[in-house]
Amino acid sequence: MTLAETRPRPGARLSLPAVMMVLASVAVMAVLVVAPLVTVFHDALSKGLGKYLDAIRGPDALAAMRLTLLVSGISVPLNAAFGVAAAWCIAKFEFRGKNLLLTLIDLPFSMSPVVSGLVWVLLFGAQGWFGTWLIDHDIKIIFATTGLVLATILVTFPFVARELIPLMQDQGADEEAAALTLGASGLTAFWKITLPNIRWALLYGVLLCNARAMGEFGAVSVVSGHIRGLTTTLPLHVEVLYNDYDFVGAFAAASLLASLGLVTLLLKTGLEWRHAGELAANRRP
Amino acid sequence: MTDQALPRPVQSGAAVPRRPRRSPWVEHSILPGFGLAMGFTLFYLGAIVILPLTALTALALRPWELGLSGVIHALTAPRVAAALKLSFGLSAVAALLNAPLGLLLAWTLSRYQFPGRRILDALVDLPFALPTAVAGIALTAIYAPNGPLGSLFARVGIKSAYSPVGIFIALVFIGLPFVVRSLQPVLQDLDREVEEAAQTLGANAVQRAVHVILPALAPSLISGVSLAFARAVGEYGSVVFIAGNLPMKTEIAPLLIVIKLEQYDYAGAAAVGLAMVAISFGALMAINTVQLLLAQRGKA
Repeated sequence: MTLAETRPRPGARLSLPAVMMVLASVAVMAVLVVAPLVTVFHDALSKGLGKYLDAIRGPDALAAMRLTLLVSGISVPLNAAFGVAAAWCIAKFEFRGKNLLLTLIDLPFSMSPVVSGLVWVLLFGAQGWFGTWLIDHDIKIIFATTGLVLATILVTFPFVARELIPLMQDQGADEEAAALTLGASGLTAFWKITLPNIRWALLYGVLLCNARAMGEFGAVSVVSGHIRGLTTTLPLHVEVLYNDYDFVGAFAAASLLASLGLVTLLLKTGLEWRHAGELAANRRP
Repeated sequence: MTDQALPRPVQSGAAVPRRPRRSPWVEHSILPGFGLAMGFTLFYLGAIVILPLTALTALALRPWELGLSGVIHALTAPRVAAALKLSFGLSAVAALLNAPLGLLLAWTLSRYQFPGRRILDALVDLPFALPTAVAGIALTAIYAPNGPLGSLFARVGIKSAYSPVGIFIALVFIGLPFVVRSLQPVLQDLDREVEEAAQTLGANAVQRAVHVILPALAPSLISGVSLAFARAVGEYGSVVFIAGNLPMKTEIAPLLIVIKLEQYDYAGAAAVGLAMVAISFGALMAINTVQLLLAQRGKA
């Protein structure tokens, strides 16, 4: 294998070792990554389209979908607002403790999803810090929607911030400073300069945040209590059906989540191709 | 840190700009909004991350009145120790296997042009995009004794699903994108002239790989492997279905937290949770340091 042959050049013939490496890569991806995806749709449709449609139109499935939309509908905008605020501070200002702030923002990435659920039970569960107070005032957080939202927010906490911070650090504060010098108000500068500059990265972060929020399992599993039709999000619905040996139902619900994953992947790849220059961190996992 | 301490924007016309007072915390800037944005950032961070983690630490250390030794006592109980050993051990092995697999994929994707390359590239992110519970039941179906690959394993006498092998497969699946995505940008930026120079000087392909390419990749390879490891240690959804969940044998640490919570053993759950946060955070810090040293040596 000479070096000339290792350069990606359209139409160039690959050497034998190169062909073998390509085939090996395709084989690894097919067995490890693509096979599970195919299995989801195959098993969902294994008893026919009718059974599949029945499974995704059942009342519990519809309730799970509604709950999933509600939870991510609350969590994602909050994390997006946090991401913009944190990135504004970190990228546009110099202050003490910036590195500590960055580490703390990244911290949820290194936490197990189960721990992200556990901490809320320790705070608001029956025997948690605020447990007795909550029971006295008849407020339910654990085994209720609020708990699901809190767990989801913690798991998806850094997504938007981590996309925006490197990009806004690259862009600096010169454009906004120029606008302010010319008499624009701070809000005008933000709407007319900052937001257009970060819109694709913001969308990218929101996309990843939403995919994770809708698909989150471990954290919500801890705080949910698995009350059918009430506190089961779509991923928990999959688990409940699977443990009941309703495999068609489980894989049917799973196929909806897999489709969400595929659409996310498609949009994400599209953003990466079209707006690579405006996504500073487009290769970050 | 109050709003007053920070520079105000120059309001058009009516408002007279106040002279900014010097703050020891933030450098003077013409841009507004630092107080508001920082206030929200700190409040949100405090409520969502710091308060819960404080509760975790406090609850893990409190109930025994013995503090740290109580935690150690809880963690060395046979069932807990077995779960921690299984989680950290299998995650390490899976992350190590991700290194050659990730190298192969990253090399192929960034060095060769072939039909379907971009699709293959996009599919690398599938383990991120597929919700973990979905991946979990799908992997279980594939590797179950009657599944398409599980039956192949069974024929050679290997039990894949409901055994440590199944957990291992799920952890390799979940960690793969971390290694590929860490290596790809470095491989694309790697100066081909250095390789060409090595070739002109008579280095063969193996020598070039070992002496030229691998040293340049080492920091990002380590970082990718450590990210895969950290993710694998905490992974729950894609593992619980395939694991079998037998105490002492195939019970992972995150599942043990769930079980302890179901038994209302908050303190025990908190102890395992704190240990997991501490060990994976410590491991990441250690690996970051190694990576930094390697990067510095590479520059020198």
